Amino acid sequence: MTWRIEVDRTSCVGSGMCTAIAPERFVLVGDRAQAVEAAVEPDDAVLDAAESCPMEAIVVRGENAEVLAPEV
Amino acid sequence: MTTGQQPRTYPFGEADRLRLHPTYAELRRSEPVTRVRLPHGGDGWLATRYTDVRTVLSDPRFSRAATVGADVPRTTPLVSRDTNILTMDPPDHTRLRKLVAKAFTARRTEMLRPRAEKIVGDLLDAVEAQGPPVDLIEALALPLPITLICEMLGVPVEDRVDFRRWSDKALALTAFAPEEIVAAVEDLRDYIAGLVAQRREHPTDDVLGTLVQARDEGDRLTEAELVNFGVTLLVAGHETTANQIGNFVYTLLTEPEHLAALRTTPDLVPAAVEELLRIVPLGGAAGFARIATEDVEIGGVTVPAGDAVLVSMPSANRDDAVFTHPELIDFRRETNPHIAFGHGVHHCVGAQLARMELQVALSALLQRFPALELAAPVEEIVFKKGRLVRGLASLPVRW
Repeated sequence: MTWRIEVDRTSCVGSGMCTAIAPERFVLVGDRAQAVEAAVEPDDAVLDAAESCPMEAIVVRGENAEVLAPEV
Repeated sequence: MTTGQQPRTYPFGEADRLRLHPTYAELRRSEPVTRVRLPHGGDGWLATRYTDVRTVLSDPRFSRAATVGADVPRTTPLVSRDTNILTMDPPDHTRLRKLVAKAFTARRTEMLRPRAEKIVGDLLDAVEAQGPPVDLIEALALPLPITLICEMLGVPVEDRVDFRRWSDKALALTAFAPEEIVAAVEDLRDYIAGLVAQRREHPTDDVLGTLVQARDEGDRLTEAELVNFGVTLLVAGHETTANQIGNFVYTLLTEPEHLAALRTTPDLVPAAVEELLRIVPLGGAAGFARIATEDVEIGGVTVPAGDAVLVSMPSANRDDAVFTHPELIDFRRETNPHIAFGHGVHHCVGAQLARMELQVALSALLQRFPALELAAPVEEIVFKKGRLVRGLASLPVRW
């Protein structure tokens, strides 16, 4: 199973939340976050990062493109 | 590893209005991670450059949890024995943070803007009715954030006289005796515990109610975590913004050129808020030490495992490696990646709320009183002393 990570770099404020919660999954590039790899094995840290982002700039999608996080 | 020199005494001096001590700039140039000796808890390291500060704030090898109950280098007289959101590491920190993150997102905060505008409108009506001179701290800076955080948390705003008194003491360095500080924190805890008990009788959908539900139905936090979380949100939810509203207005009223720019171009207010966040140091000195959990190379030194590291965010925000002409106020910076709200997992949960409140307060104030000015000579405007955060005792204005 594969999840997909989408980061909206226009709403990202570079808080460093995701890069600190899931350092293997997110990286700051020019003060904005991006996914190290868009397609990842299921990993709760990715969901935590999406749930904790103050801008809700991270969306995690499951196998069928359904939104796993964040809850709206 | 060490320079062999005596550690520098820290803080470098008592916070002087909103000025940043020149030693920070010196250290950024020549000794970006340096040994310091604190008034309590001995020696540690201080990071002053933007990159290093961000690393210490976000790298999991620097722990906040390891400071709990430890006699770490600090400016506060008391050893922190509390496990609260500010002294937790992931995954515990993430577990708690997620419980309230939703209430503080940019989207949810934006929905509170009309309410903030109404509150400010009413406050400024009262200012006008009273007539000059008016103390803007009591008239605007305190009541706006207090009213909003009370409504979000579900804390009765009528109780503000009590919790203001406790909160003021809880954030003291030398302004109150240690036993008074302990008693004030106890009072805050008892107060929140009472509100928690009420919610068990009559559930609510405010933030405190959500936390009670997460405790009782989901077992997602302990009773102590619940109460301490409520205390932290209430205190951090108003002290910071209240002081910065006063500090920002003071800065504008003493920098006529920038004040004039905002009056002619009100659309600059959001950018001005970001720039003022960058340049106006809220903290009097670095605090919230982190402990290296292993040897870490940073800023040209090796911080040994077990050593404490402090960071200066105001110094990072004036690093010329990141900001052009960092000592100058410039509302038209192309990018402004300041870290006034911190960085990493402890990035201020209320950042979006604070931004919105500061924008609403400044916009409304400038629009309502185009001739606003200080009602006393600047040297007679007094800052509070001996506290964690910088703020005015009062801000007399006329128009």
